[in-house]
Amino acid sequence: MKKIAKEALPMLYKKIAEAKELIIPVKVCGQTNYKVWTEDAEVDLDTLKTVKSAKDAFFPQSETLYTVKKEDKKLHIEPEALKNQEFVVFGMKACDVQGVAVLDKVFLVDPVDSFYAARREHGIIVSMACHEPEETCFCKAFGLDAAAPAGDVVTWMVGDELYWNPVTKKGEDLTAMVAELLTDADEKAVEAEKESIKKIVEKLPYSNLSLEGWNGSVLDEKFNSPIWETLFKPCLACGTCTFVCPTCQCYDIKDYDTGHGVQRYRCWDSCMYSDFTMMAHGNNRNSQMQRFRQRFMHKLVYFPANNDGMYSCVGCGRCVEKCPSSLNIVKVIKAFEKKEEK
Amino acid sequence: MQELITRAKELLADGTVARVLGWKAGDLEYNPQPAFFTNEKELEEFVYNGFCGANLSKYMIEASKLEGKTLICLKPCDSYSFQQLMKEHRIDREKAYIIGVGCKGKLDIDRIKANGLKGVTGVTGAELTDDCEELCVTTLYGDKKIPYADGMLERCSVCKGKEHMICDEQIGESKDTKTGERFAKVAAVEEMSSAEKFAFFQKELSKCIRCNACRNVCPACSCRKCVFDSTKFDSAQKANVDSFEEKMFHIIRAFHVAGRCTDCGECSRVCPQGIPLHLFNRKFIKDINELYGEYQAGADIEAKAPLTSYVFEDVEPSVVAERSKS
Repeated sequence: MKKIAKEALPMLYKKIAEAKELIIPVKVCGQTNYKVWTEDAEVDLDTLKTVKSAKDAFFPQSETLYTVKKEDKKLHIEPEALKNQEFVVFGMKACDVQGVAVLDKVFLVDPVDSFYAARREHGIIVSMACHEPEETCFCKAFGLDAAAPAGDVVTWMVGDELYWNPVTKKGEDLTAMVAELLTDADEKAVEAEKESIKKIVEKLPYSNLSLEGWNGSVLDEKFNSPIWETLFKPCLACGTCTFVCPTCQCYDIKDYDTGHGVQRYRCWDSCMYSDFTMMAHGNNRNSQMQRFRQRFMHKLVYFPANNDGMYSCVGCGRCVEKCPSSLNIVKVIKAFEKKEEK
Repeated sequence: MQELITRAKELLADGTVARVLGWKAGDLEYNPQPAFFTNEKELEEFVYNGFCGANLSKYMIEASKLEGKTLICLKPCDSYSFQQLMKEHRIDREKAYIIGVGCKGKLDIDRIKANGLKGVTGVTGAELTDDCEELCVTTLYGDKKIPYADGMLERCSVCKGKEHMICDEQIGESKDTKTGERFAKVAAVEEMSSAEKFAFFQKELSKCIRCNACRNVCPACSCRKCVFDSTKFDSAQKANVDSFEEKMFHIIRAFHVAGRCTDCGECSRVCPQGIPLHLFNRKFIKDINELYGEYQAGADIEAKAPLTSYVFEDVEPSVVAERSKS
């Protein structure tokens, strides 16, 4: 276990950024999101949840795949270079780190997504325990520990000090690189912090959310439930929930006309959008109820069915905070619970 | 609130309406959601308090297609949107029974939390029966009292007034919440140099994630299929790949709703990134007022909209150049 004074953190950022790209929560116009660190950036480690998750670092909202240029009568295809430099994502919470584990199940299985794989290979995760969990958090329901996130280096902010614990080879290497800024520390303060976090987690309103009845084998029963018809009604069909979600992984591939060629890019898609998975014959989900149902069935039934029971929700609670109609996965789970009680 | 529920039950029971469009209690103090109620039992979950900011007018488009009348609860500002939608023939007046509900200002949980509060587990003082002067916020990390106005949506501090533009009956007290001048921020932006304006909007709009919440919640955005959803439209419709939204998406949208936007403020309320989108629309409203005379979209059903009617005295297009010179 190592530590560094909070006031020395800018030096740490600078040291890391000299050698690697550093992605860290930065406040812009009142909102905190993961951004590439620059010296004038307003780093914000106090805000528990960034608006968007850290997903962009590994799976950006949009990225070019290749560019086609026309020269005379020939077409030149230039594939986009894969990430080949190491980078650090600093401050990821337990939920966001688990979000990456969910993405791995999608992008690292055959056929492996080379863009994602390259980022995973070069990305170093410096995670951070949740000093003050919020009422919208429910990672405990998915078996996560807000006090002890996964990652290459795990950190805890205790008072005026950041405790730093490397746990993987990547983490050890990063620690060696910034060793001059760190001092040795004992575990006492961290143990106390963990206890205090756990106590708060017990008090969170959603911590005891029950996932009973949600698994890979309830497809027909849940799919055909009449509850969806009432539940979806307030949904505006916007993409807020999907775009702030650390695990939503659907994307679209589109062409951008550059005037003298084509830039083929992929961008996040949302199952809430009317053109989602639209094909030549039309759309296989043509009502908002079906689109709404798809999102929750995917997270709580289809994904666990295909991934040894792993849910593709991590309980970060961003949808709870951001849905314009105050709908969210917690309300969906509770609605089924209530219905089944009756 | 009880009066509202009782009246809703009566109207359901005597067959005047087939359903009620209102708000249903959430599972946290501050997250009620828009909901349809069809019987007495369901109405047990009906709620109307300071957190019912959602404007229900747009849901009336779908409700107009249903059998029978829908009882719709409209706050004073929502009634402008409702009337504007009527004017655009998007909703059927005959299909609605409107209860104008009182309003003492609506709350914004993000704004409440901006008072240094996190882990909010309870908020009291936001019931319509309260005097709405002070909020008691309980959190996991200690309790705090804050002035009601410090938790209010921006739009309430520049309220257009507590009078309903259209309704069949009214229930509940209202309270004046206006503390600021509606066009003050627009005027401040107008004072900026071109470079400053560009930097201001680029910085704000660079946060946009293209979730389309602003468009989907907007009562003026009622096209059955939006041009941005067309697969044939050559734009980054859901990606921020070429910073399209920073320069075009929101500006195109503002142009499209100009003269029809009632300034209900829903776009800014729902933006997950807190972009002050209402500033675009208010700039148009301010310009329309200055160039064509005072006009408030949704205030009445008869008046012709300045941008869709022509009179001989209309300003010449050259006014743009003339204004930018001065």
